Amino acid sequence: MRALIRIAITGAVLLAILALQLAVQAAFTEYVQRIVLLAGINVILAVGLNLINGTTGQFSIGHAGFMAVGAYGAAFVGVKLATPVHAALGPGVLADALIFNLALLAGALFAGVSGLIVGMPSLRLRGDYLAVVTLGFGEIIRILFNNATFLGSATGYFGDDPSGLPAYTNFFWVFAWAVAIIAVTHNLTFSQTGRSLTAIREDEIAAEAMATPTTRLKVTAFAISAATAGIAGGLFAHMQAGVRPEDFRFEKSIDMIVMIIVGGLGSISGAILGGIFVAVSLELMRDLQQYRLVLYALLLIVIMIVRPEGVLGTRELHHLFRRKKPAPPSPPSATPTEGA
Amino acid sequence: MTQFFQQIINGLSLGSIYALIALGYTMVYGILKLINFAHGEVFMVGAYTGFYAAGALGVAGFEARNQGFPLYLALLVLIIAMAAAALLGMTIEFLAYRPVRSAPRLTPLITAIGVSLFLQNAGMLLFSPNPQRYPAILSEVRFEVFGVIVTNIKLTIFAVALCLMLGLHLFVQKTWTGRAMRALSFNIDAAKLMGIDTNRVIRSTFAIGSGLAAAGGILFGLDQITINPLMGVLTGLKAFVAAVLGGIGSIPGAVVGGLLIGLAEQLTAGYLSPEYRDAITFLILILILLLKPEGLLGIVRVEKV
Repeated sequence: MRALIRIAITGAVLLAILALQLAVQAAFTEYVQRIVLLAGINVILAVGLNLINGTTGQFSIGHAGFMAVGAYGAAFVGVKLATPVHAALGPGVLADALIFNLALLAGALFAGVSGLIVGMPSLRLRGDYLAVVTLGFGEIIRILFNNATFLGSATGYFGDDPSGLPAYTNFFWVFAWAVAIIAVTHNLTFSQTGRSLTAIREDEIAAEAMATPTTRLKVTAFAISAATAGIAGGLFAHMQAGVRPEDFRFEKSIDMIVMIIVGGLGSISGAILGGIFVAVSLELMRDLQQYRLVLYALLLIVIMIVRPEGVLGTRELHHLFRRKKPAPPSPPSATPTEGA
Repeated sequence: MTQFFQQIINGLSLGSIYALIALGYTMVYGILKLINFAHGEVFMVGAYTGFYAAGALGVAGFEARNQGFPLYLALLVLIIAMAAAALLGMTIEFLAYRPVRSAPRLTPLITAIGVSLFLQNAGMLLFSPNPQRYPAILSEVRFEVFGVIVTNIKLTIFAVALCLMLGLHLFVQKTWTGRAMRALSFNIDAAKLMGIDTNRVIRSTFAIGSGLAAAGGILFGLDQITINPLMGVLTGLKAFVAAVLGGIGSIPGAVVGGLLIGLAEQLTAGYLSPEYRDAITFLILILILLLKPEGLLGIVRVEKV
């Protein structure tokens, strides 16, 4: 019975997204539609990054690197899958959907595995080493893609077709994946595992004393987070006909950090709001391109000094609306803390 | 064999620059347990201050007349840059780090990332994003020793770095402030109870670390010929790895780590491929974190509640 209900809910959500897609396509110009897609991709990035930076309290500042791995991985696998799948199923929406989603999953797998490789050494220790290792990883993965001839070196990877990668990415797929990732992250955060992750953030030594397998959980959360960045990368790649190394510069990682800090570290709804905020503000600041990062940097510093918990703190939006009765299940501590 | 010694010479001079920067990371980390991400940018600002100071002192005129820049003026450039960077370091500490010092550890870390990002981009706006040729504060003299090319610049880099490190060692071991720094890194609360003005000591730590980074910046400019506003990112990262390799919090460790990273980088560039020279540092970091996370000269500290 429960399974049936779940299938019904999933179907209803997918139908709703489909309906929304038609509405958005009818109502907005291509320019606005593009911003909506970017906002959706940002939401995936922010929700994924929030799992490790916010919920677990381990700070990654090189997530653009995982996004790059996912983007290149998905683009490459998508191109290589196209011929056999089209041969088996013939061209059509179904075949395209199959290729696209397999490619995205492959990108997520590559990104997740690189997350494991980066996370395992650095997460055995205190979390701030992760910041440095991910910074280095983000830089080095770009250098590697810059030199990888089979992936187009510095010009980028555009597939075997002269017209570039197929534009699989549309409203439906971006938001279907966004909803799926938000649902998974939400369930994970409010499960027993999620409580353990929060415990690691609040006090790693105490968590360890309570027999929480801290290293294993940290590495798992990090790999999941890297995989979601990979999915966002795959969606991003199939939105603009090609992937170029310069799309994944350090600035991209900073954009992601701004997303989760503005909304509130440790809050999923905060990450969603932050993702939308960054997509919109990047468009509004298009003319101020060279001042953008200065402004973002000042924003980070000021938020940290004045209101380090961000707009929402660790609360969720829907907790704010049922505040009358006793406090929500997770006692909202003022700021994400970690072992002394 | 000649090539090997050539790489060793180059590696030692590059490594002593890394060591100078690594000292700042390790001193701040030792006391505040904070990775001062903005340190690489202080190094960059130091290099640019030297660049403009040399310009103001008329280095172009000497170059045009084919004369060497006088040594006392070169020293003046070094001192101006170190003083400016020290001031910048203290300002960063006062404006950005002090308000969040008692906050949970993630807050100062994010603040530091913000400061670093701010300085990078402010640098691009102020100094232009294009690389600049570094003025010839020291005119190059080449000589050969058994086929190995040694320049006076490489020797100067090594000598200046060595003098500064010796000076720092004496300062930390012999002066009152130095002893206070060691006390703070041992236990900041106990030091406070003993009547040490912690704010003052932390301020001087930032000043000294930043000054050393600025000296590193000028030496880097002399060695690599060009500078740009993003030079602090990768160099700062390598210096941080040097500090971790030597054992973060340990001053001799930073020196050893810096020299080793410089050597590893040059040997990789010489024998494997120049493309991997940046990747090797990262590989070293991962290996050290896996095998000996406390670093070569670090002390194993038991985590306590």
